[in-house]
Amino acid sequence: MNPRSSLILREVCRLVIPAVMLFALYVQFHGEYGPGGGFQAGVIFAAAVILYALVYGRQKAQRILPTETVRYFIAAGVLLYAGVGVATMLLGGNFLDYNVLLQGHQQAQHLGIFLIELGVGVTVGAVMIAIFYTLDEFCE
Amino acid sequence: MDIETIVNISLLTMLALTVVVLIRMKSLLAIALSSGVYSFLSAGLFVAMDAVDVAFTEAAVGAGITTILLLVTIAITGREQTVSKHKRFLPIAVITITGAALIYGTLDMPPYGDAKAPIHTHVAPHYLTQSSEEIGIPNVVTSVLASYRGYDTLGEVVVIFTAAVGVLLLLGNAAKRSGRKQ
Repeated sequence: MNPRSSLILREVCRLVIPAVMLFALYVQFHGEYGPGGGFQAGVIFAAAVILYALVYGRQKAQRILPTETVRYFIAAGVLLYAGVGVATMLLGGNFLDYNVLLQGHQQAQHLGIFLIELGVGVTVGAVMIAIFYTLDEFCE
Repeated sequence: MDIETIVNISLLTMLALTVVVLIRMKSLLAIALSSGVYSFLSAGLFVAMDAVDVAFTEAAVGAGITTILLLVTIAITGREQTVSKHKRFLPIAVITITGAALIYGTLDMPPYGDAKAPIHTHVAPHYLTQSSEEIGIPNVVTSVLASYRGYDTLGEVVVIFTAAVGVLLLLGNAAKRSGRKQ
């Protein structure tokens, strides 16, 4: 949006953005143990990308994450989530009944929750970034 | 008074003050930022109620993303609120009736923290006592959201997906079209 952001803003964001992205990954993969999960992680990751786009300009952000890619990610997350459900059905269980994924039912639950949380995170993050891109393009 | 009561009262007071400020302001920019403050204060209240997962979501979505999206929208639409010339009687009547109906609705609800409330006697005891054996993860909120109620969460993700498709259909093509004209 503003490629002529001040030097201080640019340098502070250079330090902050990687930390925010790392925190998003922590929230994503630590949701089983502490507060958090795919939804929050997706939003935090999107916030990092949006901050990058605000400070360094949307075009620069789109060079790393093009609109097309983001749109594919929106569908990929939902497909991953529903795909886990279909996979459990093919393995003989009910829709989203993770117990049939692996031998031990706790490991199976872990795997199922990990995969669907990943799906949630990917879709939510991509949706937030896509909406921001669209509104920002609309601004011009 | 214990410390939790003091925290709750001060948070609720600040929430009420934020609402008064929100109503009186005319600058949309300031209103967008103040609603971010409102969300962040509610997140604080949720933490005080031990609902950390909800607080996390409220802080990230309400105070973070929503504020940014509102600010971008304001960049499109303009910063000042247009003063409406409509009569004030009808909106005040609608708000009063709706508010009264909502307060009347709370009269039937069990008191806050009541252990015998239906919500605590239906499936919640099963989730709380069996989650560590059936699912095997420490965070019961995640095990309810992602496993016991996985189907509901799939619905939520589809809702977000649909919202994005709607925005992209309405605005995405318009942005492209105006780009082509230039």
